[in-house]
Amino acid sequence: MDSKTIEYPVIWLQCATCTGCLISILNSVSPTIKNVLIDEVIPGKHVNLRFNATVMAGAGDLAIAIAEETVKKVKGGYLLIVDGSIPTAKNGVYGSIGERNHQPVSMVERVIEFSRDALAVMAVGTCATFGGIPAAAPNPTGCQGLKELLESKGIKTPVINVAGCPPHPDWFVGTVASLLLSGLPSADQLDDFGRPLTFYGKLIHENCQRRAYFDEGKFAKKHGDPGCLYELGCKGPITYADCPTRLWNTGVNWCVGSGGGCHGCTQPEFPDLVSPLYVKTIEIETAPNKL
Amino acid sequence: MGKIVIVPITRIEGHLKIECLVENGIIKEARSSGMLFRGFEIILRGRDPRDAQIITQRICGVCNVCHAMASTFNLDSAFGLADKIPDNGRIMRNLAAGLHVVQDHILHFYHLAALDYVDVTKVAKYEGSDADLNSIKAFIGRGELGPFVPRYEGDYRLPDDVDRAAVSHYVKALEIRRKGHEAVAMLTGRIPHTASIVPGGMAEVPTVDKIASILWRLNELRSFVDNVYLPDVLAVAGVYSDYFQIGAGCQNLLAYGAYDLEGKNPDYTRRQRLFQQGTISADLKLQPLDLSKITEEVRHSWYESNTSKLHPSTGKTVPADEKSGAYSWLKAPRYGGRVYEVGPLAQMVTTYASGNPKVKSLVDSTLAHFKATPAALFSVLGRHAARALAAKYVADAMGEWLLQLKPGEPTFVPYELPEEAQGVGIIDAARGALGHWIEIKEKKIANYQCVVPTTWNASPRDDSGTPGAIEQALTGTRVKDEANPFEIVRIVRAFDPCIACAVHLITPKGNELGRFRIY
Repeated sequence: MDSKTIEYPVIWLQCATCTGCLISILNSVSPTIKNVLIDEVIPGKHVNLRFNATVMAGAGDLAIAIAEETVKKVKGGYLLIVDGSIPTAKNGVYGSIGERNHQPVSMVERVIEFSRDALAVMAVGTCATFGGIPAAAPNPTGCQGLKELLESKGIKTPVINVAGCPPHPDWFVGTVASLLLSGLPSADQLDDFGRPLTFYGKLIHENCQRRAYFDEGKFAKKHGDPGCLYELGCKGPITYADCPTRLWNTGVNWCVGSGGGCHGCTQPEFPDLVSPLYVKTIEIETAPNKL
Repeated sequence: MGKIVIVPITRIEGHLKIECLVENGIIKEARSSGMLFRGFEIILRGRDPRDAQIITQRICGVCNVCHAMASTFNLDSAFGLADKIPDNGRIMRNLAAGLHVVQDHILHFYHLAALDYVDVTKVAKYEGSDADLNSIKAFIGRGELGPFVPRYEGDYRLPDDVDRAAVSHYVKALEIRRKGHEAVAMLTGRIPHTASIVPGGMAEVPTVDKIASILWRLNELRSFVDNVYLPDVLAVAGVYSDYFQIGAGCQNLLAYGAYDLEGKNPDYTRRQRLFQQGTISADLKLQPLDLSKITEEVRHSWYESNTSKLHPSTGKTVPADEKSGAYSWLKAPRYGGRVYEVGPLAQMVTTYASGNPKVKSLVDSTLAHFKATPAALFSVLGRHAARALAAKYVADAMGEWLLQLKPGEPTFVPYELPEEAQGVGIIDAARGALGHWIEIKEKKIANYQCVVPTTWNASPRDDSGTPGAIEQALTGTRVKDEANPFEIVRIVRAFDPCIACAVHLITPKGNELGRFRIY
């Protein structure tokens, strides 16, 4: 028994989610996801994932009990992670997590119940941060992002927004590591949307490997062409994230690199205000197209 | 009559509830309920058709490449491009889908299903030099065992050495599926939620360095499938052999086929594919696929009853969350009015019955290993074995495809958005038959509809009261210990359910389409 290890209990609630956030996070390289969950990811500190329905061994009431117990016993000392948007319409009838007295407990009820006494809440992915695709017009299930929901209920628990559809594993792991190393982020470490500036501090467009094409007025006219993807609807000019320098999937590629363009998935505007995705979104004064 | 309710069913994708009525230890009745509804089809309505490909990927972050493919086929067919995709584009799409599916099957066995059979806590007594196992031993020693405990206790039968090997493979599988993802991302920009699979072909272009790099990641995947995944499935099956007799289900299988070996036939139901399209039952007689036989029934789903028995191309849905007799957000898809199971089992059995020599040898040698007949395929272990063999079959095919890519040749064919059109895209995804349907009016989406693998498998009862595939697989099963109902979760997880995909909705005011056509 290593008595020096400090345990950080984590409850991870999945609401109106596609599970893409978790699948993305599984791709973390250094530390690996195994390092995060099994090892002392920071020396002397261990992330104790007690509830996450996609990975945990137990099922049903057994699984729910462990989460409820943690909320009661570790008051103010556990981290709540939420992915997925939270359906609030019709008292949350469109999504539930487990039951109480044989009645489903809505996602919105769970999130509120588990947020109150959390040390902090981490919203993982654009659904949990800003509502994302389930909240896109006409938002049939009344989906909300976490911050909006907690503010409407007067819950003051600090919220950290790790946006992205999905987020890059480094954004998540880096934010967790920062919590373990130096506690909650200060206001000047987050942007106006509660995103850590370390990862979301610069426009895609600023560091894009295709930026030189833009400056020279060389624009791709169709998929597969070389050139800047601005005319094909790339949202790099209005999207904040470090994808161009960090790259994805162990650095092998990224959306703009593959010719598909940026879809603005880290933004509160995603998807409605960046639609249509393949049509030039904003008029920027550009050099005449030389391609 | 006792009741076992398991909600949430963990280690699947999404929110599923299973309710079983048990009498004298036997499941008399089972109900499968999807517990989340997001309304994707409503959200898609009125948007630029090309956005459907990006939005529908978000139906599921586990199966996203499969949705990207189905949606792209759908748009290709609506835009009149189904038979015009350059070979480079067709092959790159196949590779993206195939690499994705192989890593997905590995993820399913190790990270979703294995903890039903493998006892992580046995590592506490490990005395050896494997770094992963020793770090897990240290983890157990610290005493906080989440997410591996609590769990159902009792029926863990693997010998210590096999058990520990499986635990160490659980960790290695995380790494190998990440490499699978890297290979996909080289073709698609990133994963989950790809950027370069587009109507008309691919936005990414093949280069020699990418081909070589993907090839060697593929080789690692193949080595893992051959030397770790398949042997582990066989080892588990050897110890839990009673699960060849459990969970037979409806014994009707339906497959759309996957991986286009040619791109010239605009009709996906007749196109030559690596996996065979068709339907098949316990008699192993392959029947041709007829998409017009598909309907969705809603008597036991939270949707207005007057929308039942419609073909997906003319489907309508109005949510009715207070409807009496309803117990799921999933509809009940039926083929010719009957219940069908979809998934790797269906993919392998249809291809087996088509006389495909590679698949025949894979399946026959596996059955011979267990001295079993094809009837054993219709079971919990049959589904796991079929999934592993399907992973091997597609992984073995991909090396050749990589070498067929021609750097410098086009991957994409330009097109004009049609004013009005209808389309369909079908593919066998990791979890089975996946279909997307679209209607375009005034260059916008007028109606979009998906019928997804888990909707077939986890469906509730239909209008005639016939239970869905998972419900049937559960019914009649003996539960040895009602406090630790291993049988239920093992049966359910063998289907690899994906509930986020399965729960969907068409527009409440969806326009009626004419007779559905394939372009």
